[in-house]
Amino acid sequence: MAVSNTADDPEQQGGEGPRRRDFLNIAAVSFAGVGAVTVLIPLVNQMNPSADVLALASIEVDVSAIKAGQAIKTMWRKQPVFIRNLTPVEISEADAVPVSTLRDPQTLEQRTKPGHKNWLITMGVCTHLGCVPLGAGEGEVRGDFGGYFCPCHGSVYDTAARIRKGPAPKNLQVPEYSFKSPTVVQIG
Amino acid sequence: MSFPWAEHYAPKNPVMKWLDSRLPLPRLVYNAVGAGYPVPRNLNYFWNFGVLAGVALTIQIITGIVLAMHYAANADVAFNSVESIMRDVNQGWLLRYAHSNGASMFFIVVYIHIFRGLYYGSYKAPREMVWLLGVVIFLLMMATAFMGYVLPWGQMSFWGAQVITGFFSAIPIIGDPIHTWLLGGFAPDNAALNRFFSLHYLLPFVIAGVIVLHIWALHIPGSNNPTGVEVKGPQDTVPFHPYYTAKDGMGLGVFLIVFSLFLFFAPNAMGHPDNYIPANPLSTPAHIVPEWYFLPFYAILKAFTGNFLGIAAKLWGVMAMFGSILLLFFLPWIDRSPVRSANYRPTYRWFFVILVIDVLILGYLGQAEPTATVVLLSQICAGYYFAHFLIILPLVSALEKTLPLPNSITESVLGSDAEAAPVAAHTA
Repeated sequence: MAVSNTADDPEQQGGEGPRRRDFLNIAAVSFAGVGAVTVLIPLVNQMNPSADVLALASIEVDVSAIKAGQAIKTMWRKQPVFIRNLTPVEISEADAVPVSTLRDPQTLEQRTKPGHKNWLITMGVCTHLGCVPLGAGEGEVRGDFGGYFCPCHGSVYDTAARIRKGPAPKNLQVPEYSFKSPTVVQIG
Repeated sequence: MSFPWAEHYAPKNPVMKWLDSRLPLPRLVYNAVGAGYPVPRNLNYFWNFGVLAGVALTIQIITGIVLAMHYAANADVAFNSVESIMRDVNQGWLLRYAHSNGASMFFIVVYIHIFRGLYYGSYKAPREMVWLLGVVIFLLMMATAFMGYVLPWGQMSFWGAQVITGFFSAIPIIGDPIHTWLLGGFAPDNAALNRFFSLHYLLPFVIAGVIVLHIWALHIPGSNNPTGVEVKGPQDTVPFHPYYTAKDGMGLGVFLIVFSLFLFFAPNAMGHPDNYIPANPLSTPAHIVPEWYFLPFYAILKAFTGNFLGIAAKLWGVMAMFGSILLLFFLPWIDRSPVRSANYRPTYRWFFVILVIDVLILGYLGQAEPTATVVLLSQICAGYYFAHFLIILPLVSALEKTLPLPNSITESVLGSDAEAAPVAAHTA
């Protein structure tokens, strides 16, 4: 405290500008502060998915047994995936909808692979709050638009799994996938 | 920290004197919940519910610590470990049912405690900080209850975790990374279960800490009372002990009887059968609902079905749901009426009753199937909830003609000829 008036500190004699002691104080506390914030990084980052969860382990699915009009559920990254073999009627229903009227505008072409327009592969995770929509299993409710229906909060998806009614903001997500052969799909 | 006429702690026992001069813990207790804390003489039974909430938390902590000795927080065995508590552990069924019903009882008494505060204006100056800390406790309770419900890893546990952590994915741009970060994966799994268990064990002690602050802040101005008139002199108060320890003891007896009725005769009445099915990430239960104490907020979440003002319905729902609770933080500054108690606010009293009915209807709608009628009613009731706080309360507090207040607490108890009041204070 009394340091500012000592004669052996020539910087202080004007009595103006930052004092040497203030500078040292701020520098020391800042240094400790940066250190404390650095310690937070591992504490926050440990919450992110661990390496074993992130190991994507892409899966291969044989779709030869799925007849037109049928769908299966499979698991990828701990989440359900719907693989549906669309009927020509379902395809024409999806194509008949003017894209501009959709909440999340996408055509069926954009949601399928070229040459495989009948194979609709989507995540089975409602884009509202993550429930599994009904409609992939035999005899399940498929909603007013003939696609999927989420029982949690009543979101309705059409035959191209596009959101048509209810609280969900987006179409069912299309995961990254490719056709290894006409009957084998690799997801991930 | 207390009224000048508060009784002073004066230990006679030499051991207590010795202790008092070294660690004055008995003095602290005496001044906080003993004879050294003067309390308005006219408190009714609605003032029992703070103590009852404290008892409920204690029951949760004790049963919870014991359950944690038998529970295994691993997605492969969690469900079976809970079943083993129910079937194999000695009196395990009793402890688990006490813990799960205890959570419901905790919320029942806290909801009554909150509405008591709303009716008698306990949130107004100088008790704003008591109210704010109370809302913090309420939020912590909701987080704790949610994470506890996930631990048995049944179908409702799993899908409850999926839906509630899904709220965060509604946030634009950073929502999905936050969602993944919270879960430690892309869907609820072992990582999520373990961190929920860790936090579920931690948060009750945080709640206990905030309760200490809540009571500390309360003891600065002292308790509110049914008239809302401030304490004016010694004739208006009685010592907390023995007067209110006895009255709270009576309320505690009733509370424990009701608790026991649920615990021994209807232990699953407030639960969901689906949670006795092990978690299955491939199949969502047909009718997924949260525990009853979240239903009004769940109804507000579901009320938004269309995009509005360029903001997605999902984000609206989540904002409205959190907003409905965060709104309570502003209540002391929304309600400007100088009169605290609704007993002297003839207009506010009716709007209070309508709000209670509105919240009860929202609770019903929260568990109903989302038909067109239910959605429309949810929208009306959710709209009314916000209108109550944002439109009705400011208008009522500005325009209402309040009834004349009694001159003092004593006058309201004994009538205007209350000259003998100081004597009456000791016989009340």
